[in-house]
Amino acid sequence: MIARRSVLAGGLVVAAWPALATPREVEVEIAKLTGDKILQPGHVTLDLAQMVENGNAVSVIVSASPPAGRTVASLHVFAEGNPNPEVLHAAFGPASYAPKVATRMRLATSQTVVAVAVMDDGSCWTDSVSVIVTLAACLE
Amino acid sequence: MMRVLLNVPKTVKRGEPIEVKILISHPMESGQRRDEMGAVVPRMVINDFRCTYNGVDVVRLALFPAIAANPFLAFSARADASGDLVFSWQDDSGASQTETARVEVV
Repeated sequence: MIARRSVLAGGLVVAAWPALATPREVEVEIAKLTGDKILQPGHVTLDLAQMVENGNAVSVIVSASPPAGRTVASLHVFAEGNPNPEVLHAAFGPASYAPKVATRMRLATSQTVVAVAVMDDGSCWTDSVSVIVTLAACLE
Repeated sequence: MMRVLLNVPKTVKRGEPIEVKILISHPMESGQRRDEMGAVVPRMVINDFRCTYNGVDVVRLALFPAIAANPFLAFSARADASGDLVFSWQDDSGASQTETARVEVV
């Protein structure tokens, strides 16, 4: 009987699935960065596979090529389908060679990943990649 | 003490990028998982990472649970003079660590 109960409890645990972020939440996060500036495509590249087998560790490279005469103030990555929309914020200092960071991220489900670059004049640029994930992160 | 794999060139030509790769052994517990009793495993991630070269900022990162376990980071620094690359980071428990790598500019 006790064993059966613990099995039932285990079933409930699986049902308690974390709430995922929504594109709206990502929009809110991005609005915090852009303020009154317009978000435009270009000048930032999000390098991410479009088809991913294992969402536990997905290679992602975010880089920016600022318009002439400008420097990159910061780079940001957001995931629309993860429990938390934020992935990373990067700020580059004078000893940085190029505004580029590579890492590995988790993907909870198939979703769109968004990168935002903020230039020193406050202009905001974006790029996004739609990823299909066959085995999601956070399952185990 | 977290185990760290650091990949930094020993010598770099002046003006060329110092390509840095770092792998930190850390569970990056997302705060979303539950243990077998159904209790939430508390969030425990490296949330702040900083790299300086000769005391000048290279990059400063805010990291979130969306970063995979055993975080891997790669970026580049500008080589103007020989010096020390200093990496420091902190996790949610407040545990911090610093690693240093010497780079000779030729």
